[in-house]
Amino acid sequence: MGVLLCMDKGELIPHLFRTEYRKIVSVLCKHFGFGQMELAEDIASDTFLAAAQTWPMKGIPDQPTAWLYNVAKNKAKNHLQRDHIYSKKIFPEIKNIPVAASEAELDLSPQNINDSQLQMMFAICHPSIPPEAQIGLSLRILCGFGIEEIADAFLTNKETINKRLFRAKEKLREEKIEIALPPLPEIEKRLETALRTIYLLFSEGYYSESNNKTIRKELCIEAMRLCNMLVENTCTNKPEANALLSLMCFQSSRFDARIDKKGELILYEEQDRSLWSAELISTGGYFLRCASVGDSLSKYHLEAMIAFWNTQQEDTKEKWENILQLYNRLLQIEYSPIAALNRTYALSKANTKQEAITEAEKLKLETNHFYYALLGELYTDTDSATAKQHFQKALSLAKTHADKQAMQKKISKF
Amino acid sequence: MDEFMLIFRHQDGNKVAAPEQIQIWMKQTMDWIGGIAAQNKFIAGNGLLFDDARVVGHHNVVTNGPFGEIKETIGGYIMVKADSVEEAVEFAKGSPVLQGDGNTVEVRKIAKRDGIH
Repeated sequence: MGVLLCMDKGELIPHLFRTEYRKIVSVLCKHFGFGQMELAEDIASDTFLAAAQTWPMKGIPDQPTAWLYNVAKNKAKNHLQRDHIYSKKIFPEIKNIPVAASEAELDLSPQNINDSQLQMMFAICHPSIPPEAQIGLSLRILCGFGIEEIADAFLTNKETINKRLFRAKEKLREEKIEIALPPLPEIEKRLETALRTIYLLFSEGYYSESNNKTIRKELCIEAMRLCNMLVENTCTNKPEANALLSLMCFQSSRFDARIDKKGELILYEEQDRSLWSAELISTGGYFLRCASVGDSLSKYHLEAMIAFWNTQQEDTKEKWENILQLYNRLLQIEYSPIAALNRTYALSKANTKQEAITEAEKLKLETNHFYYALLGELYTDTDSATAKQHFQKALSLAKTHADKQAMQKKISKF
Repeated sequence: MDEFMLIFRHQDGNKVAAPEQIQIWMKQTMDWIGGIAAQNKFIAGNGLLFDDARVVGHHNVVTNGPFGEIKETIGGYIMVKADSVEEAVEFAKGSPVLQGDGNTVEVRKIAKRDGIH
């Protein structure tokens, strides 16, 4: 509740939408089944619409969350009653229409909310729908993302996402997929998608271009909460899940240090290290130890270990050698331009700048502003004219305000 | 884009290096592979152990080996993506295996299962 109290009125509903929408939808879906997924989404959306219409007039209720749950419960009840009467009138000859379903109260207890979300997470990650649709649907249902935000995350347009989600929902219906945890061997397969979704949600918060620190932090916390649900359940408490949770703890330990009061990004080297959260660093360490069982070494393990080294303040040779070797392995499992660039930076610290320059020039990431920012960095001490040129090129390619500002700062130093 | 296998051949598989030297080679190998992976050109790779090596010959004659009679032994391989054999050769030139006198890296294009090759 602490977060709620210090929030502007205008931010409260979006905040609750982020945290409560998925809970309400999950419980409703669990109640009605996937066959009525749209109905569940409609009831949940109507509930928030009611809040948006009522609260500005009558004031914010003392218990906003409980208010939302109550409204959702009533809407579900009304719907079921209408449905029941309708079926009775239209088909009076059909007797024994189950009364139970219409009268059973929607169970919005913390336990059922938790179970429903976890089951929902795994139902959505069913192999009958393609992975990108699984992630899209998870972002929509479990994270309350708007269609546009999902389109942004996938670097595509709204129509594509709408179609993709529509087909996925249809498939869930056709296949009569149950909202329940799959059998054990299946869990591991679906866990991969679940983790990817959580990772995407976290990244959306951590690297978002939005200046609203509160909302960004919330996304990160929600991602950690979802991951924590996986770790707390014995069936889903796998090393990869612990590794991801550890990674997110290490990363968020710098949350307060990396964004200033105006919402501007502060670079790693310039952060006030007393603002790093020692508690989150130690929690990250705990989950990293939990992750170090069995013989699987996932990309989350490698990224968590890199994140661990990044929480070490001292700039030692050992630190950079470790980071370099972790990136070497990470890139073999999964390539990404940002990992390639970070690996080259680590190379300059662990080996030599000259070697890093040679390697950087092979990357050819010529549309990526970070590529030129890295080259600028590598040339800084030896060839300031070339360094400046690279920073200028980076500035021309930078998309966000924060990135542009960081490049301008670099250029002004020459 | 084609796929190539870079095969490491060691002139003398019996040679044993000092642990410190092995550690240096290990780092160089990891940095070399990391550099290829950073260009999104790495597919897979592995080292081949000399322990328990056997050679199965004509008429299923099994010998311990391949040491002794055969001069060159295969120590490992990596598979890479490359636009041309020249690019694959450039990758091969960076291999720390070549620091050993007489060692070679053989570059071979991997057959596409397209019915032609």
